[in-house]
Amino acid sequence: MTLLIGSLTMGLILSLLAFGVLISFRILAFRDLTADGSLTLGGSVAAALLVSGWNPWLATLLAILAGALAGATTGALATKCRINGLLAGILVMTALYSVNLRVMGKSNVPLMDSRTILSSAQQMAKENTKWDIGLWQVPAQDVCVIGLVLLLIAAVGAGMVAFFRTNLGLAMRATGDNSDMIRALGVDVDWMTTLGLAIANGLTAFAGALLVQYQGFADVQMGIGMVVLGFASVIIGETLVGSRVVVFLICGAVMGSVLFRLLVAIALRWGLNPNDLKLVTAVFVLVALVAPDLWKAARKRLSFA
Amino acid sequence: MLELKQLVKTFHRGTPNEVRALRGVTLTIERGSFVVVIGTNGSGKSTLLNAVAGSFLVDTGSIKMSGQDVTRWPEHRRAKFIGRVFQNPFTGTAPNLSIAENLALAAKRGRRRGLGWALDSNLSDQLRERVRRMGLGMEDRLTNAIGSLSGGQRQSLTLLMAGLMKPDLLLLDEHTAALDPKSADQVIRLTDDMIQRDKLTTMMVTHSMHQAAYLGDRLIMMVRGQIIHDFQGAEKRRLTPEALLERFEEVRRMDQLDEAAAEELRLQYV
Repeated sequence: MTLLIGSLTMGLILSLLAFGVLISFRILAFRDLTADGSLTLGGSVAAALLVSGWNPWLATLLAILAGALAGATTGALATKCRINGLLAGILVMTALYSVNLRVMGKSNVPLMDSRTILSSAQQMAKENTKWDIGLWQVPAQDVCVIGLVLLLIAAVGAGMVAFFRTNLGLAMRATGDNSDMIRALGVDVDWMTTLGLAIANGLTAFAGALLVQYQGFADVQMGIGMVVLGFASVIIGETLVGSRVVVFLICGAVMGSVLFRLLVAIALRWGLNPNDLKLVTAVFVLVALVAPDLWKAARKRLSFA
Repeated sequence: MLELKQLVKTFHRGTPNEVRALRGVTLTIERGSFVVVIGTNGSGKSTLLNAVAGSFLVDTGSIKMSGQDVTRWPEHRRAKFIGRVFQNPFTGTAPNLSIAENLALAAKRGRRRGLGWALDSNLSDQLRERVRRMGLGMEDRLTNAIGSLSGGQRQSLTLLMAGLMKPDLLLLDEHTAALDPKSADQVIRLTDDMIQRDKLTTMMVTHSMHQAAYLGDRLIMMVRGQIIHDFQGAEKRRLTPEALLERFEEVRRMDQLDEAAAEELRLQYV
C-alpha cells in the first residue's frame, strides 16, 4: 500500500514534467531537450534555498522562475540565433549541468530537517496515525502529502486549460499548428516560441522542486532521461484519452504520468533491475512511436491479401 | 494607399542559383482599387506580393502603406494593415484548431493578444453570423477542426479570416489555383462580393486569364521582375482573355528573339 501511494505521489509530481513536455513537444511542436537540465535546475535551486532556511513556497517559486529562464534561453538560441531547436536544447541542458553544480556547491544536497512545502502538509496529521480508505489503512501523513500534490496539480492543470483559451494561449497553439498562418495574422512567432518554452521549463523546474522536497535530497544526476520519461507519459495519456483537445491532453498527461509510475513500481517489484529502467523507458517510447505506423501497414497488407 | 518605389530583390546573390526576382518595381495603388497581377512563371508576381507582405526584406527600394514607411518592418508587424490568402489552402488555417478558434485568431489580426478569453459568447455570435452570410452551411460546425474540411472550404474560411477585420490591403496569391473548378468559382465569387461590399484595396495574383480579364479595375502584367503593362479604367474594362493571351504571345516572341540574337552573337564571336 505504501508502494502504491508512493508511486501515485511520484506520478502526480512528474505530471508537471509531462505538462512541460506537452507544451513544448505537442503544442509548440518544438523538440525541446532542455527539460533534463531544467528539472535538475528546479531541484537544485529549491534544495539550495531550503537548506539555507528560505520559505519553502518562495524557494519553489524561485526554482520555477529559474526553469523559465532556462527555457527562455533555449527559445532565444533557437529563434534569435537560428540554431536548430534540438541543438539549442542540448546546449542549454549541458550548460545547466555546471550551473546546477554551482548552485548546490556539490553533487548531492540532502535537505535534512529543512521545512518544505510537503513537510508542512505532513504535519497536518499526527505521526503513526492511520486512516481508513476503503479496504486499506494508510498512513495519515502520506495522505496529506498526496492531497497537497493533487491540489497543486489540479490548480496548474486548470490554469493551463484556462490559459490556452485566452487570446495569448490560442495564439501559442496556432504557433505550433501553423506558424505561417499566425505570422500573417500579426503574431511574433519567435517571441511566442520563447514564451512557450519558458512556461514549459518553468513547469518542469516545478516538478524538480517538488521531487526534491518529496525525496528529501537533490542530486545533479536527477534529470537524466526526464524528457523521454515525460514524453512517455504524454504518449500514454494521448492513447488513453484518444483526443487532441487541450483539456483532454492535459488530463491525459496526468493519467499517463501516474500510470507510468505504477507500471514502473510493478516492474521493479517483479524484479526489474533498476539500472535497466531507462533502457526499458526508451524502448517503450520507441514502440509507442513506431507501433501505430506498423499497425497501419500491417492492416493494409491484410486488407490487400 | 500603397506606394512601391524601385523595389529590387535578388535571391541567392553571388551563387550559380542567383535569381533577380524583382528588378525595380514602382507602383502606386489608390485606396479602394482592385489590382490584378498576371505574369509568366518566374516573372516575380508572387515575389512582389511577398515583398509587400514582408515575407522577406527588399534589397533596395521603399514600401509605404497607409502613410507609414514599412520597408524594414517584419512580416508580423505589417499584418496590422494586411489580410492574406495563400495559394495553398493549408497555409492559411491552423488544422488542429476549430473553425471558431481560427476565426477568433483572425479577429485579433495585428492587435495585442492578452489574457482575455479568445472566444466569448458575443464574439462567437458575431463569427457565426459572418460564416452564415458566406452561405456555405458551415455555421453549425464551428467547433469542428479545420483539418476536417475540404480545400475549398478551408480557402473560403481563409478568405473570410483575411477580410474579417477589413484590412487596409488584401493580398490574394493565386488563391484559387489549387482548387477544383467548382470550388475555385465559389471562392472567386466570395472574393469579389467581399471586395465590392467592403471596398477593399486588393492585389490579386492569378494564372487565370478569365479572372484577370473580368475581375478588378486595374491589371498589371509582369515579366522578368518588371511591370511591362499597366491597364486602367476603360482600357482595363475592354480587355478580354484573348487579348491578354495575345500579350503573353508577344512576350514569348520577344524572348525567342532574344534567344536567337544571343545564339547568333555566340556563333559570331565565341
